[in-house]
Amino acid sequence: MIEFATLQRTAEELMAKAAIEIPEDYLDGLKRAAATEEGDLSSFVLKAMLDNYEAAKEDRSAMCGDTGVPRWFVKLGNDARVEGGMAALENALRRATAQATFDVPLRPNRVHPLWRTDHDNNVGIGAPEIEYAFEPSGDWIDLITVHKGGLFGTDYRMLFPSDGIQGIKRFYLDSLMAFGKRGLACQPAIIGIGLGGSKDTCMTLGKRASVLRTVGSRNPDPRIAAMEDEFKELGNSIGMGAMGFVGKNMVIQCNIEVGYCHTGGMPMSVHAFCLSSRRAVARLWPDGRVEFRTDPDWFTPYMRRETIDWEPTREAAE
Amino acid sequence: MSIREITLSTTPTDADIAALRLGDIVYLDGLMYTAREGVYMRALEDKANIPMELPSESAANFHCSPAARINADGSFSMGAVTATASFRFAKWLPEWMEKTGARLIIGKGGMSSKDYKSFFVPNGAVYLSTVGYGTGALLGRGVEKVEAVHWHEELGLAQAMWVIRCNRMGPFIVASDMDGTCLFERENAKIAEGIGRVYEGTRPAVLKRYGESDDRTDEVI
Repeated sequence: MIEFATLQRTAEELMAKAAIEIPEDYLDGLKRAAATEEGDLSSFVLKAMLDNYEAAKEDRSAMCGDTGVPRWFVKLGNDARVEGGMAALENALRRATAQATFDVPLRPNRVHPLWRTDHDNNVGIGAPEIEYAFEPSGDWIDLITVHKGGLFGTDYRMLFPSDGIQGIKRFYLDSLMAFGKRGLACQPAIIGIGLGGSKDTCMTLGKRASVLRTVGSRNPDPRIAAMEDEFKELGNSIGMGAMGFVGKNMVIQCNIEVGYCHTGGMPMSVHAFCLSSRRAVARLWPDGRVEFRTDPDWFTPYMRRETIDWEPTREAAE
Repeated sequence: MSIREITLSTTPTDADIAALRLGDIVYLDGLMYTAREGVYMRALEDKANIPMELPSESAANFHCSPAARINADGSFSMGAVTATASFRFAKWLPEWMEKTGARLIIGKGGMSSKDYKSFFVPNGAVYLSTVGYGTGALLGRGVEKVEAVHWHEELGLAQAMWVIRCNRMGPFIVASDMDGTCLFERENAKIAEGIGRVYEGTRPAVLKRYGESDDRTDEVI
């Protein structure tokens, strides 16, 4: 049994880590970008960003004043049990979101869409979002928080099989161009592309590709992995860098995730994470152990399964 | 090209502003206030009295919502400060500048050269952009003191008018000048020269979208 108090305490710590500490994989990627950047203004910007990560860590201050919209991804091993059940888990995450908003402090970004009501705690209707996934074995829970920023950098389009790869490239470039000008997307960033699924799952796939996969990860399908490399190069050949200034670094990593879609369509979404790629992860065990990390490890073989039955599950059933 | 660094007062003189060049890096000293759509609507549309002496106290309007809180004892804690995209506020700025004498508009992404020429230059104002948009912790170090927060009960913490004493707050980039030239448009023009090559071979989508075609009788296929 995983205790309620441990859940809430860990969740508060994750909220602070996400806001303050830049994940190592993205930091390394940005350092590599900074080393290759030749544009004078875009080089200055990248150097200032690297200084900023240090300042945030030293001062225990949020990296960016726009601390994004906190949300939760929860992955449960099949045998995980929570004190008070799943409603208690959601309660712990809502409490931690509000408490950390005050403690860090974070910007209370969440408001009612029409009445602009602000509870000053990032909690409200549907906020924070809590999404779930499962793994076929294990008694642990992974808590993942992502505070994605930005009103910009995201788009969706229903493409069709006849659009082909060249149509995918066009929409990808259009998205980078539209949101990259003046640096609205806060590039260079991890770009996520969702291909397939229904409209909503297509958006979800793209978002998860950008926020739940690390720099250096690869899609297990070698042809998709090759596309990821090619698309990174393509984005970086636009000639646009940080803040939309002349430069050669727009994309730190391009992650592509797919889901089966309607036979007539090829829906596509594009998501840009930002210069403050806020994500933090912890695994909680029933004996009270808590292990922090920065790789969500969301897209496991089980999550990408294609078959009806999952082999280990079938063996257990028999 | 070497990058110039300049320290500027938040109540700058005409000469200070005229000396700024596109791409200069600026650090600010003095009093600055945050104002975005909430403050603009309350001051200009609801005609509420602005709770500061402007521009004598400050001519620096930051398009910002800080990551900050009001403590139980009434004091303030401010961590990171970063800008929000300014183009959305263009409709209020001419009246705001006239009313408050703002000369430094600080934010994200700048405005258009048309905006600069039509109401920045006539008001002797320039635009300063935050850097990378994510340097919130660095800018936070430039906050010497939070002097006050106004209208937080009416507008919430994010939209409230925060009054900040800056001590070498920065870096900011000069993104417009007294000719009304726009740094971002200059950069976009350079980038546009190579765009054709990047798009070579890509195809427009087979199904068009309204908004791309303005002809509403278009079959969009």
